[in-house]
Amino acid sequence: MRKYSVFAIAREAMRGNKGWEEQWSSPEPKSEYDVVIIGAGGHGLGTAYYLAKEHGITNVAVLEKGWLGGGNTGRNTTIIRSNYLYDESAGIYDHAVKLWDGLSQDLNYNVMYSARGVMMLAHNVHDVQSLKRHIHANRLNGVDNEWLTPEQAKEFCPPLNISSNARYPVVGAALQRRGGTARHDAVAWGYARAASARGVHIIQNCEVTGIRRALSGEVTGVETSRGFIGAKKVGVVAAGHTSVLMDMAGVRMPLESYPLQALVSEPVKPVVPCVVMSNTVHAYISQSDKGELVIGAGTDQYTSYSQTGGLHILNHTLDAICEMFPVFTRMKMLRSWGGIVDVTPDRSPILAKTPVKGLYVNCGWGTGGFKATPGSGNVFAHTIARDEPHPINAPFTLERFRTGRLIDEAAAAAVAH
Amino acid sequence: MLLIHCPYCEEERPELEFRHAGEAHIARPTDMAAMSDEDFEKFFFIRSNPKGVIYERWRHVHGCARFFNAVRDTVTDKFVMTYKAGEPQPKKLPGAGK
Ligand SMILES: Cc1cc2nc3c(=O)[nH]c(=O)nc-3n(C[C@H](O)[C@H](O)[C@H](O)COP(=O)(O)OP(=O)(O)OC[C@H]3O[C@@H](n4cnc5c(N)ncnc54)[C@H](O)[C@@H]3O)c2cc1C
Ligand SMILES: [Zn+2]
Repeated sequence: MRKYSVFAIAREAMRGNKGWEEQWSSPEPKSEYDVVIIGAGGHGLGTAYYLAKEHGITNVAVLEKGWLGGGNTGRNTTIIRSNYLYDESAGIYDHAVKLWDGLSQDLNYNVMYSARGVMMLAHNVHDVQSLKRHIHANRLNGVDNEWLTPEQAKEFCPPLNISSNARYPVVGAALQRRGGTARHDAVAWGYARAASARGVHIIQNCEVTGIRRALSGEVTGVETSRGFIGAKKVGVVAAGHTSVLMDMAGVRMPLESYPLQALVSEPVKPVVPCVVMSNTVHAYISQSDKGELVIGAGTDQYTSYSQTGGLHILNHTLDAICEMFPVFTRMKMLRSWGGIVDVTPDRSPILAKTPVKGLYVNCGWGTGGFKATPGSGNVFAHTIARDEPHPINAPFTLERFRTGRLIDEAAAAAVAH
Repeated sequence: MLLIHCPYCEEERPELEFRHAGEAHIARPTDMAAMSDEDFEKFFFIRSNPKGVIYERWRHVHGCARFFNAVRDTVTDKFVMTYKAGEPQPKKLPGAGK
């Protein structure tokens, strides 16, 4: 792999840009690998990268039924933050935020991580109490988060409407300055390129249709649209399709898959300098470097694999956005789309071994796993390589739904993106 | 937005009048205190989450307010049929063969 640098740009400028190589290779699948990862989203590609980089395991294939990054990784609103309530969550999400800072250098790929701040608005007494509780819990865990008055919130984000006659007036806000955004596609591409350079096979258009197990129970490989591929270990990292894949191995999951939608506006000059979220009116917004407003909506109420959702969900979100930012009432929206998110009962992920030997699962990130991509890949690689969890993901087991040791961010935050 | 046929009101109404109420035909245990942790997990947390035909509950909250069951395809989101609560799970689906 040739390194990207300012010199490379200069060199290619002189040669008419004829020397750029493919970012990752597309080999034919081998008959067997040490590890097969199902799903080439950010989490699956990240897992493969850290398996190669930190554990020296390079005989790895990442199988993807469509194109890499075409799942939720390429469909999300890219909000990054780690201000979750519980210690376990602070542990895993902050591990990710620390990796985001430095990821572009590590991968030699600009993932455009921008710590522009994530501001969460309070509109009523309950919001104030809950956000302040988060701030205190976060600070005890060494996670930055601070309280802003409405005036300070407006200073940080000038287009915000803090008038007291708004239907849901802003009465304060919590700000995590290290929070922000990153370029989602670049995260998938960067991990793919770096993993491929270390020998990982990335195989697109290869759908897994079965998980084969020996009589003694352990996995021996996967059936795919391109034939059987043997594997000593299999990691399922398939977001909304996790239940379908785990069913193939006879494991029933505590998951439901829901559509989640987002939309972008026409591009305009810089106007929203940070990420703004409101759980109460249910809207979140940021502005991409291209100038589009990136707006996230809620999930539909029913389970689905359709990758589309109801228009009324988007309408509801736009109502909320116009309430918070009256300046946007005449903006035109360009595109909307949906992804299928895998939701657990406690809204926390599962990164764990499974009852099947050699089978590992990384799922349940639901509406908010993009932010965790580097941290998740990093500790999941550890779990697969050592056949035991890293201390950071040790609490995120599948068994917690039997023991009752939940990590109940659902009750804590209600919304998580 | 989905159009949903309420088997009690006997008409198709917009989704906004309804509340989704989770997977159907999960029997509530009669003696929960006596259940093993494993059975409780199955009853309370584990879900089929199928890609394809799903049996699910809906409630016509802004209409007759009653719970009923539906068969829907989670790939197309199209309803196959709806039926009243308490009726047995339909084994043969209209237009089936798939
Ligand atoms: C609209 C929207 C907005 C969001 N906003 C945010 C946000 O602001 N911040 C945040 O942190 N998170 C957000 N999320 C959540 C986030 O996108 C996901 O949690 C995260 O991207 C999951 O990454 P992944 O790599 O696990 O899954 P994916 O990127 O979905 O990758 C899974 C891959 O598995 C593949 N696959 C499935 N079945 C098979 C099979 N049988 N064989 C082979 N391959 C298969 C899929 O094609 C897919 O590419 C949002 C999600 C959506 C949909
Ligand atoms: Zn009715």
